[in-house]
Amino acid sequence: MAVALEAPNIDTDQIIPARFLLKPRDAGYANLLFHDHRFTAEGIHRLDFPLDCEVGEPVRILVANENFGCGSAREQAVYALSDFGIRAVIAPSFGEIFRLNCIRNGVVPASVTCEIAAQLRALVNHRPVRLNVDLQTRQIVAEAFQTRFTIEESGIERLMSGRDEIDDTMVHEAAIAAYEAKREQILPLS
Amino acid sequence: MALSSSFYRNILDAHTLTENASGDRLVYVDRHYIDETCFTCFDALDARKRKLRRPDLTFAFADHVVPTAGGRNAVTSAEVNFVLDRLTADCTAHGVELFAMGSPGQGIAHVSAPEQGLTLPGLIVVGSDSHMPTHGGLGALGIGIGLSEQTHVLATQTFWHRPLRDLRIDLVGRLHPHVTAKDVVLTIIARLGAAGAIGYAVEFAGDVIATMPVEQRMTLCNMMVEGGARTAIVPPDKLTFDYVASRKRAPIDEGFERLAAVGRRLLPSSDAVYERYEIFDAHGIAPMVTWGISPQDASPIFAEVPDPEDCLDGAERDRQRRALDYMGLSPGMTLLGMPIDTIFIGSCTNGRIEDLRSAAAVLRDRRAVVPGIVVPGSQAVKRQAEAEGLDKIFLDAGLEWRDAGCSMCVSMNGDFVKPGERCASTSNRNFKGRQGPGSRTHLMSPAMAAAAAVAGCIVDVRELD
Repeated sequence: MAVALEAPNIDTDQIIPARFLLKPRDAGYANLLFHDHRFTAEGIHRLDFPLDCEVGEPVRILVANENFGCGSAREQAVYALSDFGIRAVIAPSFGEIFRLNCIRNGVVPASVTCEIAAQLRALVNHRPVRLNVDLQTRQIVAEAFQTRFTIEESGIERLMSGRDEIDDTMVHEAAIAAYEAKREQILPLS
Repeated sequence: MALSSSFYRNILDAHTLTENASGDRLVYVDRHYIDETCFTCFDALDARKRKLRRPDLTFAFADHVVPTAGGRNAVTSAEVNFVLDRLTADCTAHGVELFAMGSPGQGIAHVSAPEQGLTLPGLIVVGSDSHMPTHGGLGALGIGIGLSEQTHVLATQTFWHRPLRDLRIDLVGRLHPHVTAKDVVLTIIARLGAAGAIGYAVEFAGDVIATMPVEQRMTLCNMMVEGGARTAIVPPDKLTFDYVASRKRAPIDEGFERLAAVGRRLLPSSDAVYERYEIFDAHGIAPMVTWGISPQDASPIFAEVPDPEDCLDGAERDRQRRALDYMGLSPGMTLLGMPIDTIFIGSCTNGRIEDLRSAAAVLRDRRAVVPGIVVPGSQAVKRQAEAEGLDKIFLDAGLEWRDAGCSMCVSMNGDFVKPGERCASTSNRNFKGRQGPGSRTHLMSPAMAAAAAVAGCIVDVRELD
């Protein structure tokens, strides 16, 4: 199921407050997602945030507005989304560090135009809707509505491959070593 | 022969090892600045049975969680103790130089690294803090990356980078007295919007830049992030190289000459073409103050809080309505005279010696009528400030004089703004709850924050008698 977040410029401080950033990865980040919007200062679950509205099935997709995930680089924001169960975020634009963090953590950042994002948010707000985001075809399908999203090819590969990025890069180790040797001659830096 | 492309593009090309089918470049990293969240990356490195490739190009700074009073013993949180201990242990195990609490070089990475001469023109510097572009003030290409990318840098000393488009921002004319780089960048973000520079590398140019001191160039590049830019840079000139020449860890003699030669080779030519241009007239820039919950919610000091009903876009109108509700403001209220409860002077944006001098000039022989803290960006800045007697000025005014750290900018260390309180802050983000749950942040320059301390409300520093 999908929910909509209307506001533009939702920053990563909202997605996960800084005081939670020191928790180790295996502590689980699900309850920290949009924490201060969903829990009172006393820790009571408020249930009026879009993520908590009854939609019958787990929320897997967010439809957002411009510049989603702007601000601090904290990758923990994506841990929180992922641990909560979010598999894709659809938006006209993203904080770029956040967008790259999504790709590295199995969350699809799907870029659409402002108009399409607004249409999707309106659709989702009207009543609970199941969206389908297909990474291979770059398509979003919602009942009768269908549209395409953009994401770079290397992003799709990273999301789908499950290979370790460091292993992939070390295929180029000779080039890295050669660059280092050359650089040392031109401009030693250590 | 100068290259016919932007400085960003020239540096990128000089550091590119290869390119993939999507056009992403594999880019070499000259400096990697890590902080207290890096334990996750070292664990990931170990899990992959990888070694740290270049300990000599990796530098660690304890800045985000460090208390600014009482030293290491003032840490009461088990989590903070854990990450500080891990940082020490990981750096020892891997041979990484650590600027720990209690060491003379300790401070915020974006203040310490430039002042020590670790950041140099023409270099590519990365780290997990989003304000890495600060180093662009020294003509280095600073790019913020996530923890996963950091693990990749630890193992390979490279990262994959999708080339950005070039945005040239020209600042022409002359700034009025008391108008600073902080006011310039807030003016830029107010016009372009928080999403305005998404996908771009910003290069600054123009008369104003040519004479702007290096520390202020760092302020400018630092906050350009809040306009959506992935990076921002000022091509190095005489001011840059003079700054670098006096830094302890910078190359000297032949090494310095080579650095300068490489830097000059990478400069954009006068016929370099940028995809987009924006021009700002310095004469029109006044001291700026934010009123909302995004750095784009910035206005000149003489302005009124805007009316959300004037917004054409429904989602933006709602955002502004909720911003005013959170900030406890109404349309038409003047920024002038807005009561302030507390002051924060510091951060990677405005925590350098010139920032403290600027604040001290306002506070000299005056008293603050509200509480506040002055947090130098590094212990070196602190020592310099004390040598100049600035600490006495802050203390005599009634403000607290602290040790270096990120402190109340991000409030991870115990320094925070109480719920509902209004803070005149020299930091870079006024997001909801950033300085503490329920906190209300008004971003401004150090001189303006100092003036607010004296008046107990937001005032025009130019009018302070």
